Amino acid sequence: MSGRSLQGAAATRADPHATRHWRNQRVSAIALLLLGPWFIYKLLMLPALDYATVTAWIAEPLQALLLLLFAWSTLWHSALGVQVVVDDYVGGRLNVPTVRFLQVAHGAAAIAVGWSIWMIALGGA
Amino acid sequence: MVQFVLPAKSRYKDQPGRHFPAPPAAKRVRRFRIYRFDPDSGRPPCVDTFDVDLDRCGPMVLDALIKIKNEIDSTLTFRRSCREGICGSCAMNIDGLNTLACTCPIEPKGAECRIFPLPHLPVIKDLVPDLTLFYEQYASVKPWLQTREPAPAGRERTQSPRDQELVDRPSACILCACCSTSCPSYWWNSDRYLGPAALLAAYRWIVDTRDETGGERLDQLQDSFRLYRCHTIMNCVEACPKDLNPARAIADIKRRLASRDD
Repeated sequence: MSGRSLQGAAATRADPHATRHWRNQRVSAIALLLLGPWFIYKLLMLPALDYATVTAWIAEPLQALLLLLFAWSTLWHSALGVQVVVDDYVGGRLNVPTVRFLQVAHGAAAIAVGWSIWMIALGGA
Repeated sequence: MVQFVLPAKSRYKDQPGRHFPAPPAAKRVRRFRIYRFDPDSGRPPCVDTFDVDLDRCGPMVLDALIKIKNEIDSTLTFRRSCREGICGSCAMNIDGLNTLACTCPIEPKGAECRIFPLPHLPVIKDLVPDLTLFYEQYASVKPWLQTREPAPAGRERTQSPRDQELVDRPSACILCACCSTSCPSYWWNSDRYLGPAALLAAYRWIVDTRDETGGERLDQLQDSFRLYRCHTIMNCVEACPKDLNPARAIADIKRRLASRDD
């Protein structure tokens, strides 16, 4: 009558990746809960938001490290969350290539952010 | 791919329905707008309007539906059985909320009472949805006691009162499908996501101290769709007419899986 059937319901093989994905979402969210307020506080405390002041702030090793963790946590959380959205709404043959594309995009952004902070911290920018 | 627009045959918006006015002598009149669909007629769905005299009707929405069926339009089709919130047959969408018609009082004031079948299920006729998939999902969690060891000789498998408390609330589920059909994740992915009702049933057996297959039950749920399509939207808790909390049960299943994989 419905024309629908339950796919994979009879399968009993556990997929540890599913639980890992869920746990990584929580871990990255907790990291953002700690680092997000720190980032906003630091921005508000800067005497100015011009290029020289911000790069001087990032050039401090501890600040550079925390900023890197904040940026990577954001991208990690985003990659996990976007994958959930894609899995929710994009099915069929488009699902896997869409997820792969978004993972590569997030990976590229993580490399770009890491490289930028590294260059500023070393005084190259 | 998720289907955001209803098929043409399922749209009722531009289809004017019939109007059945109340008797002229009626003083307390309540208007009911009810979804109608008969696949045999070949016509698209519509919404009929029934004006009911509340002085000659019971207090619940199901009383009004039965009165309409008995006295106004005998073709109106809906499920009902116990009339006291135990069987779950009369689950439907009343004024935008999935609930049981038999325990939902008729609001004496207000513009009108809108009654639709449970959302996002194929409609068999009028207020009767096709629950085949819902029952498949329930069966897939093997909702019965599974053991490896034989029962103790001469007596049943015993439980402490505390053990019983663990299953007391989850086992109160009446499988009305109000929770699952209120869940957007279930709407989009019901062919792969089990939904809150089936997961609550699974949880009922996972926490049962007499059951010896908890690990296998968790294995069966450990899947990005079967379990993890729950995004804690909590509509299931809002909709449950028995005041159960499927969302908490699902969260506990996830917690058990996370701690097991450490």
